[in-house]
Amino acid sequence: MKILVCISHVPDTTSKINFSEGDTKFDTNGVQFVINPNDEFGLTRAMWFKEKQGASVDVVNVGGAETEPTLRKALAIGADNAIRVNAEATDGFFVAKQLEKVVKDGGYDLVIAGRESIDYNGGMVPGMLAALTGANFVNTCIGLEVEGDTATVTREVDGGKETATAKLPLIVGGQKGLVEESDLRIPNMRGIMMARKKPLTVVDPVAAEEGVKTVQFEKPAPKGDVTLVSPDNIGELVDLLHNEAKVI
Amino acid sequence: MSVLVYTESEGGNFKKAAFEVASYAKEVASMLGTTVTAVSINASNNEELGRYGVDKVLNVSSGNLEQFSAKAYAEVIKQAAEKENATVVVVGSSIDSKFVAPALAVNLNAGYASNVVALPESTAPFKVKRTAFSNKAFGVVEISSDVKLIGLSSNAFGIIENEVSAAVENFEPAVGDENFSVHVTAVDKATDKVSIADAEVVVSGGRGLKGPENWGMIEGLADVLGAATACSKPVSDMGWRPHGEHVGQTGKPVASNLYIAVGISGAIQHLAGINSSKVKVVINNDPEAPFFKAADYGIVGDAFEVVPKLIEKLKEFKANNA
Ligand SMILES: Cc1cc2nc3c(=O)[nH]c(=O)nc-3n(C[C@H](O)[C@H](O)[C@H](O)COP(=O)(O)OP(=O)(O)OC[C@H]3O[C@@H](n4cnc5c(N)ncnc54)[C@H](O)[C@@H]3O)c2cc1C
Repeated sequence: MKILVCISHVPDTTSKINFSEGDTKFDTNGVQFVINPNDEFGLTRAMWFKEKQGASVDVVNVGGAETEPTLRKALAIGADNAIRVNAEATDGFFVAKQLEKVVKDGGYDLVIAGRESIDYNGGMVPGMLAALTGANFVNTCIGLEVEGDTATVTREVDGGKETATAKLPLIVGGQKGLVEESDLRIPNMRGIMMARKKPLTVVDPVAAEEGVKTVQFEKPAPKGDVTLVSPDNIGELVDLLHNEAKVI
Repeated sequence: MSVLVYTESEGGNFKKAAFEVASYAKEVASMLGTTVTAVSINASNNEELGRYGVDKVLNVSSGNLEQFSAKAYAEVIKQAAEKENATVVVVGSSIDSKFVAPALAVNLNAGYASNVVALPESTAPFKVKRTAFSNKAFGVVEISSDVKLIGLSSNAFGIIENEVSAAVENFEPAVGDENFSVHVTAVDKATDKVSIADAEVVVSGGRGLKGPENWGMIEGLADVLGAATACSKPVSDMGWRPHGEHVGQTGKPVASNLYIAVGISGAIQHLAGINSSKVKVVINNDPEAPFFKAADYGIVGDAFEVVPKLIEKLKEFKANNA
């Protein structure tokens, strides 16, 4: 089985978010970048397939040279090859178009992407990629098994979960649940050494129209102070929620 | 030209979110000087959409579509959009709507803005505000494609009544077998519970509750408020509560009117998921818990004493205001 894991290079979850150039650009100053958490669950699931069932695992990112440490980390965790499409990832459709070419050229059976990336939270790349390639698609995937050419998938739905079967090629939008958090891997020294020798191929982007563009960023208005209510006077909270906040 | 809205239903009835996306579509249609058409799949109360400004309902009733299929639903909505010559298509932010939208965007050649929180700032150029960076910021996006697809965040706009009479028209899109290649084999869903996505009030518990055996009071509090229950990530990781209840950056987003956090520290990853809730109440015994900085109302106290008293007070309030 040939697996491709899509890796988004995102600010670490605790990063302070700032903007530059008149609030039109994300300010990367002092920001630590990591593998998108949803993708990390997918990468670990792919490692499981590699070790238990035999599979090759490639990782791909659409981004500039600054994303290479993130791809190297994925190689250190155990991926075999990395591909970087050399372009700024400006909009979800643009990224999906780049991945479409990578998927078609590589002839992958299974593509695991994250349900959404934690920077722009578009939640659109895996679904668009599936629509572009014609592969089967399951989003919010929390369970994935493959036998022969058939996958059994569990996905989260509002208020529960759902199980389905689908033939490969399949694309999933994954999240926590694909593996447990305790199964996530930290690269060890041997992995890091080996990752240096593994291939990281840089490919040129294909042309794609940009339909959506972020023109301005804003930060939420600063919040007022919390109103504290004494534990001896809980009736006051009910009062405030009714009369002041008007939510009950 | 028209604004098309996909109004989600379940078991033949519209979800609350359907009325919200309809209300939003009505406002967008007014800005554009046009009408609203809804596409509804297997719903029996189509006329009800008129109350929220929907002029016309394309009613699709099909046994094939009884079970949700993202690809098939995307095909239905696409054909409805083409039939109506829609320039703006509005969908919601439920798990299913977010599953359908990207395929719909590709099929319609539409630029897609997800997690939209407000009406367009302008329609030419078309600019809307959405959340970004896990609710730590907003981005104003410009959609330049001919057809624009908007995914409206739950509870961001609210439900607005705007009574018109909705003409219901049967619609029979051609949806080929290739759209049903993902076969659902089992559904495991608690139907009697308010889901986090639909809830106006969410009551959430963290590690401060010490163990699953103490969740009775969280459920009790949720019961009096008609709320959904939720939890922080360690709580679901430890198996005290199901994974589907975990909210935050790696869990579910919550955009309720009221979010009550009990025994939750307010780590940045948790706040990322609940920041778009309107009113936040925190109950925590540690006055230094970071959640107090994000909250509107707070009680510094032991959850095991505060929550039962709060349930009692709320019951009294309900009895007096019934
Ligand atoms: C990549 C990444 C992603 C993450 N994603 C998420 C996410 O999506 N959602 C999420 O929730 N977390 C997430 N986390 C974890 C997050 O950082 C915190 O660890 C987590 O939110 C803490 O949960 P908690 O507040 O329930 O537990 P704790 O941090 O243990 O806090 C418990 C709180 O309960 C209070 N308490 C204790 N006893 C009582 C009592 N008797 N009465 C009242 N209060 C009491 C304590 O004072 C404390 O503030 C993520 C972490 C990482 C690294």
